[in-house]
Amino acid sequence: MTPVSPTGPAGSASPAGPPSPASPTGPAAAGAVTAVTAVTRRERAAGIVQRSGAYLVLALVVLVASLAFDSFATTGNARNIAIQSSFLAIVALGMTFVIISGGIDLSVGSVFALGGVLAAYGMRWGSLAAVLLPLAVCGAIGLLNGVLVGYGRLAPFIVTLATLLGARGLLLVITDEGSITRVMPADSLLVRLAQGSVLGLGWPVWIVVVLFALGAVVLNRTRTGQSVLAIGASRDAALLMGLPVARRTTLLYLASGLLAGLAGALAAAYSGSGVTIVGVGLELDAIAAVVIGGTLLTGGAGTIGGTLCGVLLLRVIQNVINQIGTLGSSYQSVVSGAFLVVVVVIQAYLSREQRL
Amino acid sequence: MEAVLEARGTGKRFPGVVALSGVDLALRPGEVHALVGENGAGKSTLIKVLTGVYQPDDGTLLLGGEPVRFGRPLDAQAAGISTIYQEVNLVPLLSVARNLFLGREPRTRLGLIDTRAMDARAAELLGSLGVHADVRRPLRTLGLGTQQMVAVARAVAAEARVVVMDEPTSSLEPREVATLFDVVGRLRSQGIAVLYVSHRLDELYRICDRVTVLRDGRVVHTGPLAELPRLRLVAAMLGRDLDEVRREGSTRFDGASSVASGAPVLEATGLARRHVLDGVSLTVRPGEIVGLGGLLGAGRSETARAIAGAMAVDAGTVTVAGRPVRTGSVPAAMAAGVVMLPEDRKADGIVPGLSVRENIALAALPTLSRAGIVSRARQDAIVDRFVTRLRIKASGPDQKVGELSGGNQQKVLLARLLARNPKLLLLDEPTRGIDIGAKAEVQGLIDELAAEGLGVVLISSEFEEVVEGSDSVVVLRDGRVVATLHGAEVTEDALISALAADGD
Repeated sequence: MTPVSPTGPAGSASPAGPPSPASPTGPAAAGAVTAVTAVTRRERAAGIVQRSGAYLVLALVVLVASLAFDSFATTGNARNIAIQSSFLAIVALGMTFVIISGGIDLSVGSVFALGGVLAAYGMRWGSLAAVLLPLAVCGAIGLLNGVLVGYGRLAPFIVTLATLLGARGLLLVITDEGSITRVMPADSLLVRLAQGSVLGLGWPVWIVVVLFALGAVVLNRTRTGQSVLAIGASRDAALLMGLPVARRTTLLYLASGLLAGLAGALAAAYSGSGVTIVGVGLELDAIAAVVIGGTLLTGGAGTIGGTLCGVLLLRVIQNVINQIGTLGSSYQSVVSGAFLVVVVVIQAYLSREQRL
Repeated sequence: MEAVLEARGTGKRFPGVVALSGVDLALRPGEVHALVGENGAGKSTLIKVLTGVYQPDDGTLLLGGEPVRFGRPLDAQAAGISTIYQEVNLVPLLSVARNLFLGREPRTRLGLIDTRAMDARAAELLGSLGVHADVRRPLRTLGLGTQQMVAVARAVAAEARVVVMDEPTSSLEPREVATLFDVVGRLRSQGIAVLYVSHRLDELYRICDRVTVLRDGRVVHTGPLAELPRLRLVAAMLGRDLDEVRREGSTRFDGASSVASGAPVLEATGLARRHVLDGVSLTVRPGEIVGLGGLLGAGRSETARAIAGAMAVDAGTVTVAGRPVRTGSVPAAMAAGVVMLPEDRKADGIVPGLSVRENIALAALPTLSRAGIVSRARQDAIVDRFVTRLRIKASGPDQKVGELSGGNQQKVLLARLLARNPKLLLLDEPTRGIDIGAKAEVQGLIDELAAEGLGVVLISSEFEEVVEGSDSVVVLRDGRVVATLHGAEVTEDALISALAADGD
């Protein structure tokens, strides 16, 4: 780590003349209150890699896969990856905000499955109910998480672990221990939406595009987004600055629950039925995608685009393993896991380099 | 004149401690009101009550004559009470402009943050305070002093009626202090009430109109500051006779401590690290207090950190009591008997959530445990000894250190270091942020420790403290030793002229 010279390279007012000897007037001679740069070039480079490393790796993996497999760089396969990514992406979007705020939401996998089953259940009253019912229930679970974490000051890990179990249980109750699988009629509006496409891309993909664009605007250009960053960086500082910490925190978990429910409903409609076995471990995929995307697991920094990139990376790796064929699908987890370890190690190194 | 903010009969109790009792404080528009008191007198608690961090157990708060209740900091801020805390409480990763306007960003018609307007207003605001920085850069890329000025700017920008400043100058350079005082003057002329907390008496007499003195959670004096001579102020704070204070002086260092002799406890030679240290050599004998003089950035803390193993060096050797010590390793230095009191006790020292006992015993655990099991009895014995010896004011060894005042936290840290029976004590700003009474006590302790044969390296940004407290002073500039003063040569004048001399 290179130390900082008081007359650093950037922003300093001192002219590039000969070094002035210490003046007898003492500290006052240190100059006006000009910002002293405390960041070296190396730290800045580390910051850039931290923020955009995922994009580089994604581009690299896509390039290699395209060269290695004829069937990879086809429109059909790209569409396939896009649609497969979309459900995880919606879940990971909520997770990004939660992790930036310094929290974690383990319940999203269960909530995702619950959303799917509720969508199929609600279909008897029409497509609108098939969307609203999961949103209402999953939103309520998210709200419960949020209130307990935000106002109750309970550890998010435990709170969302409890709702993970609770939602799974609820799921088994309404499906009679998983024995009932409700089929969603293929001619219903929701199913047609989930399976249909426009301009060559499935509707779920477009929903992801819209949601992520909204998410990026919210994070960077609204007071809510800024307060999320502040809460994640230092909850005490956020409180002392007068930010509505508890309310914002609650909102985040609510949003995470809603998004997981929405993703579940869309996924169920896409597959045509609400099954209970989906979504196991999905929360971990979402967390992995967020972290690979450059969001600090400790909170306070992260980007929406990075998360999208992380999701795509996970799904591309999955796709590549499928292309290889000889490797069983079980290896997907092994490779994803190994990849995650590498990313986390690099992140830790980069954070240290930047002295975060 | 009616007070803009008034606290009447304020009481606040914590488990085992009455922090405030029947405290009255009235802030009038356009006055700078000093709040002084020893550590643990209740200043911080009172500020937290005024700013909505704590709810008082007794008493009422009046805002413009109307009773109010602040349930949380947000309420107080909405009522026009801004606070600048001692430690910068901002978000380091966000840009300067975003920090300035967090929670009240200017917005476009769409409700989105208007970044361009925000950056422009931020630059303008900082410019008006004499700070020139790129407001789009992350806050953490600025120096600590500049960060503090950003906190000031944030408070000023809030259209406050009352601005509370808790030790705002403790991390500022003299030039920045002057800028801050300009700002305080401007606030006063705008009819804003400023509550100014500081232990630096010079500052108080320069800018404050009235003063309230707290002692043991009660108001012992309130009135115009100009009518209260310094000695009386100190006497009121300490609760002592005027004569007693006059006799002892406000600091208790006795300059003529025994001249150290014997084999050096520390010999550091040629410590070097690119851009930081350029061949610093240092010798400390048992019982000797060696001060490190120099301006900020001269390499004082870095020298101490290098000796303590907390910073790797490119070259140089450290020898403790005649035996070479591997550099760049804290455990190695500690095993050799070197301990260091870090500059930032909040970040690098105490564990606020643990009790006094645990904090003291932490570093001594290896010597207190057998086969990995910690002996509670031996732990208690050591803790008791140091609590008594260092006069740590706590409700008991089980009180959380985070609840203690700054001076007592510092003593807990000192106790932790001493529990290891060190040979060499490195003290980086041991009295920063603690008030006069506790300061004198800490300084007295340092003298006592040296008298018992400990080698001490003392770093302080207050020249007076270095000069009065040290047997010899090593003057650093740009990471190099430019002069060494011994015995009678150790004077403030000599130190300053050594700093100012054209050494190249």
